[in-house]
Amino acid sequence: MDYTIVVALEMVRAVAWLVLLASGLAIIFGMMRIINFAHGEFLMLGGYTVVISTGHGVNEWIAMLVLAPIVVGIFGVLVERLVIQRLYGRILDSLLATWGLSMLMIGGVTMIFGNSVTGVATPLGGMSIGAYQVPRYNFVLIFAAIALLLAIWAVLKFTKAGLIARATMQNPDMSEALGIPTRWVYMATFGIGSAITGFAGALLAPLTGVVPTMGVNFIAQSFITVITGGASVITGTLSAATLLGSISQGMTFLTGPVYGDAALLLAALVLLRLLPQGITGRIFKKSL
Amino acid sequence: MEKPVTRDPGFYVMVAIGLAVMFIAPVMLDLFTIMQITQYVVLSVFALSLGYIWGFGGILSFGQAAFFGLGAYTFAVASINMGSTTIPMVLAFVIPTLFGAALGYFMFYGRLSDVYLGVVTLVVALIFWKLINHTAGPEYSIGSARLGGFNGIPSIPTLHVPGDPSAWLDPGQMFQVFMGFLLVIYVALRFLIASDFGRVSISIRENETRSSLLGYDVRKHKVIVFAIGGGIAGIAGAMWATYQAFIDPNSVSMEMSAKALVWVMAGGVGTLVGPIIGCILLQWLTLQLGTVDVVNSIAVLGAIMMVLVLALPKGIVPTARSLLLGGYILWKRNQGQAISGKVVKE
Repeated sequence: MDYTIVVALEMVRAVAWLVLLASGLAIIFGMMRIINFAHGEFLMLGGYTVVISTGHGVNEWIAMLVLAPIVVGIFGVLVERLVIQRLYGRILDSLLATWGLSMLMIGGVTMIFGNSVTGVATPLGGMSIGAYQVPRYNFVLIFAAIALLLAIWAVLKFTKAGLIARATMQNPDMSEALGIPTRWVYMATFGIGSAITGFAGALLAPLTGVVPTMGVNFIAQSFITVITGGASVITGTLSAATLLGSISQGMTFLTGPVYGDAALLLAALVLLRLLPQGITGRIFKKSL
Repeated sequence: MEKPVTRDPGFYVMVAIGLAVMFIAPVMLDLFTIMQITQYVVLSVFALSLGYIWGFGGILSFGQAAFFGLGAYTFAVASINMGSTTIPMVLAFVIPTLFGAALGYFMFYGRLSDVYLGVVTLVVALIFWKLINHTAGPEYSIGSARLGGFNGIPSIPTLHVPGDPSAWLDPGQMFQVFMGFLLVIYVALRFLIASDFGRVSISIRENETRSSLLGYDVRKHKVIVFAIGGGIAGIAGAMWATYQAFIDPNSVSMEMSAKALVWVMAGGVGTLVGPIIGCILLQWLTLQLGTVDVVNSIAVLGAIMMVLVLALPKGIVPTARSLLLGGYILWKRNQGQAISGKVVKE
């Protein structure tokens, strides 16, 4: 019984993990059709923000929940102004440019901080379920993922900004004709997507440690989740994360973490063969 | 419009240059330099594989290193087990080709769009990299070859004369054989591109819908192009393995895939010479930068990639070609004017 609870909890955590990883990417991709290859490095930047600010005596929760999103968000806006804005509509070029950015960031951070893992203490410690020890931090992750999805949903659905963003997403020319400054919408969207990515990176830092090349470990999972999910931000991310998270976590329990990743990829490949537009390309079409 | 290969003077010039390098370099240069440029030759083959599928099939693979690594590991495992290098070289072509066909089946028959294609190929390479990195223990061995995880496979046999495993090639001969490989692959690709099949794949690159409306099976063509590219990358991987006598998961890394992309981008998409020039130029540059400690070579590679996309999206060879052509036309026109001016005077 206890074991079942632990396994179920781990599965939910795996889903939450994928939701956190992919949300920022899904916003940027769903709205702007820009696939940000430096996504993993944005996560890394969030992690480093936490390491540096806690090193200077900032409270770790403030560093994670406030500083990391702000820093990475501002960085995202800068990147959009300098690079991305020249590449709208040139999907492949934007992929190549952001890949270049990703290597530039890895190299740059390595030059500044060195190529070693900096650990971040996991807050909150553990608790026991029956005979098993479970880190309390898992609940933080799950809660953060739920809160994040709810917040994105509420903003897109109920606010003026969300309405404008959705309009731009659906038909940029018409929105422009109606007087919406789509350039600024794009910039803001990229910034918000980056901020969410930074937030996710900060939350993941205690679990993985922070190292310049850490992005590589997450980029596959993030992209596969977003692509399998399809164009709609919330339903897509949630459904893909649920499906892939439980498959890979189930596989991990049965065999080990390596095959968990491989199972995730295989499941995604088969799914894309069946639903080339992603889950929300066929099912839940009208959802957000 | 591609000219028939046999009527293109550029083709003969390229082959002549290749042959000249192949026979003169080992005589002229010292051993160390020969071994250095052998590296460029191997990586040029890798660059060609991506240059072909991207430039002449419109398939942008972000994980070309998956095939490179697969070829390298196939060669390493097979040659260690067999004690010979001839059949492993063939296997290093066949297995990545089959893998490319299988992966291509999923991607192209699933009608994945460009972006998804790029990401899926990248993810395949990443997963491959992760899997190999986790094979460190002695339980992961194929025959007598231990996969070695992130430590890689050491003491891979050097290439030898087919049928006689005791006749190792010395570095000079190895360079000549590899130059031969590069030339054969270049010539084969030129003829393939000029053939009916090649023309159809170019038309698919230009307009997929129109090609399929004209009755060509777009998916089948793309799978074949992709598989051929995979096979060539596999050969390059095998050459890399036997050249270094060592192979590790870095050969499958994202950096390796990115390098191939940068070479092709820098040299020019849609040419075969471009990727080779891009490869040699940038490898030489990274080698020079590697001696400078302050600058991180990955950062430089990334910066080059960004600058290329923003400033020189067409690449060196097409840009140079259009500049030369433009210059030639201007020169012609000026001459024409000069002549007509004379006529008026008279």
